[in-house]
Amino acid sequence: MSALLAAEGVGRRLAAENVTLVTDVSLSFAAGEFVAITGPSGSGKSSLLYLLGLLDRPTEGRVLLEGRDTAKLTAPELAALRLARLGFVFQFHFLLPEFTALDNVLIPIRRRGALEGRAARQRAMALLDSLGLADAAAKLPEQLSGGMRQRVAVARALANDPALILADEPTGNLDTRNAAQVFDIFARLVADQSRTVIVVTHDAELAARAGRRVHLVDGRVVSDEAQG
Amino acid sequence: MSLVFDLARGMLRRRRRQTFVSVLGVALGVAFFIAIAALMRGFQLYFVSQVIDVAAHITIKDEPRNPSPQPVAMEYADGAVAVRGIRPREAVRGIRAAGEKLAILEAMPGVAAAPILTGQLLLRYGGRDVAASVTGMEPARYARVSNLEKDMREGSLSDLLRTANGIVIGSGLAQRLGAGQGDSVVAVSPRGVTLTMRIVGIFHTGIATFDQGQAYTLLTTMQIAQDRPNVVNQIVIRLADVTQAEPLARVIEARFGDRTESWEEQAANILTVFVIQNAIMYSVTGAILLVAAFGIYNIISTMVFEKVRDIAILKSLGFTERDIQLLFLVQGLFAGAMGAVIGFGLGALMIEGLAQVRFGIATPGGQDGFILDRDWRLYAIAGVFAVGAAGLAAIIPARRASRLDPVQIVRGAG
Repeated sequence: MSALLAAEGVGRRLAAENVTLVTDVSLSFAAGEFVAITGPSGSGKSSLLYLLGLLDRPTEGRVLLEGRDTAKLTAPELAALRLARLGFVFQFHFLLPEFTALDNVLIPIRRRGALEGRAARQRAMALLDSLGLADAAAKLPEQLSGGMRQRVAVARALANDPALILADEPTGNLDTRNAAQVFDIFARLVADQSRTVIVVTHDAELAARAGRRVHLVDGRVVSDEAQG
Repeated sequence: MSLVFDLARGMLRRRRRQTFVSVLGVALGVAFFIAIAALMRGFQLYFVSQVIDVAAHITIKDEPRNPSPQPVAMEYADGAVAVRGIRPREAVRGIRAAGEKLAILEAMPGVAAAPILTGQLLLRYGGRDVAASVTGMEPARYARVSNLEKDMREGSLSDLLRTANGIVIGSGLAQRLGAGQGDSVVAVSPRGVTLTMRIVGIFHTGIATFDQGQAYTLLTTMQIAQDRPNVVNQIVIRLADVTQAEPLARVIEARFGDRTESWEEQAANILTVFVIQNAIMYSVTGAILLVAAFGIYNIISTMVFEKVRDIAILKSLGFTERDIQLLFLVQGLFAGAMGAVIGFGLGALMIEGLAQVRFGIATPGGQDGFILDRDWRLYAIAGVFAVGAAGLAAIIPARRASRLDPVQIVRGAG
């Protein structure tokens, strides 16, 4: 069985600044894996995540999603792929401030258009409910606590039932209790729904809870081991 | 698609006050355009209708368009010979074969034609002498090419048939002569013929120069007065469709060889003034809309600047560049459309306000206020301009927004 996501000799250079972000990374991720990418700041872990998440294109090597070489895809095709197959959670929640929690979760569902009207709302409500946010549905982001906002962002990442969740320092702005809660959610997504979760974090304690840990230094993978 | 509209609406709703200001700019531009255009076009259309009403749509004259060339000049065409001081030949002037030409014209669809003989007569009543342009015509035919019948204050054109040497004069002319209905005036022609004519009708068109200097009599009477038996020096034509005047005039001139003028040619100086007026109007209102467009550009630019995070997350979620571009373009178009709608209301109010203005003196045409053209097409033009300008203003920041690299923004936003 081919891997869900694979990086083959991936490198990313910024030609203008003459900076190398990521060098020769080859990784493969199977369905149902919970992977933490760790490393000191500036080690290229976020850059690697953006490459894996098709937000950025590598300057060397290639990224394959479900066996497809993504280098050959156009920008709109990549966008469609992100919409349908990937979910992102960032350090900042990035919820649209003008819209309620429910509407924020509805945005990717409506953009994809697979579900419409009531069915879409039901799906969004169910997602919020499963993350303990049923009461927050009608509230604007500014009316929610930091932890709740981040969980709404997770619900939004799950909106189109993606195979892969990519999270960039998702707990960076959260206190310990909320951080643990978000990690619990990730663990559950892997265990109960066999989704793949790739988390970039510099929090060693949280990283220890992932099933696999990839450590980066200066844009290179220095260790890649199963744990737990 | 409806998602993009919902997002655009949500973003605009949060910026109601800023949005309102730029919308108001567009609204004022639209309103001024509508009001000024209604004013200008109202006046112009009124003027044109007055001209069309009184003047013939097409006039065929008994003269060639250019003086006929001298034989010697034709022989030496490249200018070896110059001829000076040529006096017009003594020839019987008048439209040749007027009867046949009339028959041809009458056979054309939507064309009514009447032969006339125009000339000067000096009218004398008591001690007063007034020179008048007199048109000799046949009442039944002339009624079809002119609206004179409806401008009759006293008597009618057909009364001319019941009176020997009857004459119908303008109200201003009657006043200058001090003569009234039923009075007899002495008419002297340049040929020295003197006739005693009885005033059988008085008309009032509202055009002062016309009312003060114009008179009508029978064609035969005029031919006697001018000592030009059986001569017609003009054929006047009225058309069912006024807009055909100029092309038809060219057709007739090409066919008959007589100088043929449409009403547009005769009123060319005034129509040129209208063109300049319109150019001024369009530049002024265009400038207002341009300023309004800058307002929209400004708000969309600010919005894009404030919304970089939202743009980044939407792009990372899977929105394409087109989606993002549309998102901000829709907001600009919406502001433009809102401005247009408010501007329609304001413009209509301004028109009604202008309609209330009274000058205190009535024009001869019986108008003492602005003449306004309440044409829906003015609204349509203003609306298209406003939305178009808003769209153009929004497209620049919208394109900038669509090109934002989400990675640059997502990285390190804390």
